[in-house]
Amino acid sequence: MRARWLAAAIAMILTVPACSAGSTASVGGGAADESTLAVGFTAEPQNFDFTTTDGAAIPQALLYNVYEGLVKLDGRGEIVPLLAESWTVSPDRTSYDFRLRTGVRFSNGAPFTAEDVKFSIERVKTDWTISLKSAMDVVERVEVVDPARVRVVLSRPSNSWLFSMTGRVGAMFSRSGVADLANEPIGTGPYEVASRRRGDSIVLTENPGYWGRRPDYRTVVLKYYDDATALNNALLSNGIDVISQITAPDSVPQFEADTRFHVVQGTTNGEVVLAYNNDRPALRDARVRRALTLAIDRRALLEATWAGRGTLIGSMVPPTDPWYEDLSGYYPHDPERARALLAEAGVRELNLRLRVPNLPYAVSAAQVVASDLSRIGVRVTIQPLDFPAVWLQQVFTDHDYDLSIVSHVEARDITTFGDPDYYWGYDSARVRRLLERADVGTREQQLADMRAVARTLTADAAANWLFLAPNIVVARTEVTGFVRNQVSESFDLTGLRRAEG
Amino acid sequence: MTLAIVRRTAILLAGVLAASIVVFAFLAVLPGDSAQVALGVNATPELVERTRQEFGLDRPLVAQYLDWMGGVLHGDFGVSYVTREPIGPQLLDRLGVTLWLVGAGMLVALVIAVPLGTVAAVRHRKPSGALVSGLAQLGVAVPAFLAGMILVQVFAVRLGWLPSGGWTPPAHDPVEWLRGLILPAASLGLVQGAVLTRYVRTAVLDVQREDYLRTARAKGLRPYPALLRHGLRNAAVPVVTVLGLQLATLLVGAVVVERVFVLPGLGSMLVDAVAARDLLTVQGIVLVLVVGVLLVNFVVDVLYTLLDPRLRRS
Repeated sequence: MRARWLAAAIAMILTVPACSAGSTASVGGGAADESTLAVGFTAEPQNFDFTTTDGAAIPQALLYNVYEGLVKLDGRGEIVPLLAESWTVSPDRTSYDFRLRTGVRFSNGAPFTAEDVKFSIERVKTDWTISLKSAMDVVERVEVVDPARVRVVLSRPSNSWLFSMTGRVGAMFSRSGVADLANEPIGTGPYEVASRRRGDSIVLTENPGYWGRRPDYRTVVLKYYDDATALNNALLSNGIDVISQITAPDSVPQFEADTRFHVVQGTTNGEVVLAYNNDRPALRDARVRRALTLAIDRRALLEATWAGRGTLIGSMVPPTDPWYEDLSGYYPHDPERARALLAEAGVRELNLRLRVPNLPYAVSAAQVVASDLSRIGVRVTIQPLDFPAVWLQQVFTDHDYDLSIVSHVEARDITTFGDPDYYWGYDSARVRRLLERADVGTREQQLADMRAVARTLTADAAANWLFLAPNIVVARTEVTGFVRNQVSESFDLTGLRRAEG
Repeated sequence: MTLAIVRRTAILLAGVLAASIVVFAFLAVLPGDSAQVALGVNATPELVERTRQEFGLDRPLVAQYLDWMGGVLHGDFGVSYVTREPIGPQLLDRLGVTLWLVGAGMLVALVIAVPLGTVAAVRHRKPSGALVSGLAQLGVAVPAFLAGMILVQVFAVRLGWLPSGGWTPPAHDPVEWLRGLILPAASLGLVQGAVLTRYVRTAVLDVQREDYLRTARAKGLRPYPALLRHGLRNAAVPVVTVLGLQLATLLVGAVVVERVFVLPGLGSMLVDAVAARDLLTVQGIVLVLVVGVLLVNFVVDVLYTLLDPRLRRS
């Protein structure tokens, strides 16, 4: 037995130098082959079916890359054509006529026609289970005009409908390709899913029948890392070529200083919000919420939690939304005024529970918040909760909290303030009315109303928008073409190019 | 011998039963709801309720438990709430990774401990022996994840010799597989090797004091050949006991090391499943781990009888 151990040990020792020589570039398949790209992510899709499984991970991997919709959202937040070449809207804004791109095929070979559009949109109502399906409630009927033309009739004008068509609910499915969505996604995009290894990676390969520009990278390996350090190490050791999104911003300088890499920085839809439970007696008075907002030094907080790399915003609107205006100066850091406001509201003693997800950004932001609030005499107890399970249950569902901090990543989620049952506990008839009118109104009316919503929320101090999380992509220098602002639901691989040299 | 095996098997079954009940009860009292986690923040209360019914989470705990246990007895571990896939095949897949890791870690530990422990014992009065003992003490104090992070910094990030993480199935590419296994196995094995070195040293020291070894030396054998021919087998009995105990530690260490090196093993599966409150998957993994540890103990008992013929009679 001893001899066998020894032999095995010798064999192992001998192979170490043998295989470490010369093949450093091929680690993990990253740069092994010029047409292969390995991209590192943090959240792994549990399956491929975003019609029944919620969360950002599945659309991040599949949308635009495997599945395409009639329209897509570009990096400036604009709605641009994809499978629809063009569209017209009726004067009463309830009827959309789409002219479809011709010669498009699904990866299973079936042609893409107006029938598939009708099938896909109607299927949202019948077969989808995630709550996002409500985006299609407004659709009254879908008419096939001819194989390349389709008309969608809405029950009332809705600005948010076309916007939601840029996301996963707008994805086009083949009538013959929905048998096993969890394992076999079939779309019209430039890639198809070749294989997956749970807990490790998903391999996308070029869809040979793709209608558009052939991708520079024929194979893209999406690799999943639970741990931010492991993700950084993978790029540093040539295991991957791209980090899709930096979650530990302290590590960015080491990439900026390294000529092998370049850093692309933009914005996201991720508002990191200090939520006030507006329904708590202690927080019902807007003066108290304003005082709390004035007391917090958001610039310093951003420095402490995201190495200063985010954007200060003053309301629930990222700069890529068309109705954005800079409200970040509305509540300057002013502890004096905060104390005065508290006194005016008659608050002598205030003890608040700050219940946050046990995620690094939330915990470190919580410490800054607690320390800033203690300076105006508010005592804060920080309670980290297991995320997602416990936080979802206790804070989000049961509203058992005074303050919380979480990143709200959904696009245009300012509308959550129109839902009195949402965990904000915020109920304003004016905001609800403005939101409804903005959705049915003309473009100008929509912009004006949405600005009014944002301003009202800020004036009410309905929450404290601490900052907008940055989008930071780090890649090997030769990989270019990233979408700077991460505002769609997709990590868009379709524009990636390989620079020569 | 037969009686012993029957008794062992009974203990094994009782252990599995007890462990499964404890885990089930534990997860039931943990706050958080797998239906809610699976559906995410946008889910409506009605949808969460419907999903709970679909998963059978609205039924009494005892009924849920009996249902699950009944399935397991037929080899059916159920379908995961989160992935909507059968758990059995996933478990098998992940178990393979963890077994390679633990096996390789053990190998590294033995390769370190047996020679070093022997040297430390034979030269226990000399500086070199003391140095080995000292290094072993130091190694014991290093947690596996720290060893892993240091190894990654040195060998993957700075030197670029080995991958910083990830897993290649051996059938897919044996060379990549081995390269990927070296650092995780080393982080597990270095620490365990340090622990084991001290046990080997003690065992060899004890053996050296035995009459039969003095006799072997007296008939002219040099110290190391004498140990090899007469000592090691006797020293192996306590070492194998420790090895069995260490295997359990290795499994726990593997959970952490799998996180550091992003290996799709049982450990990372367990952490994910607990986070998602995926009750059935957690149950399945714990069951496999418990059976694993109990099996190791069983094998250790059998090994005793092989190493020491005197134990066969009792």
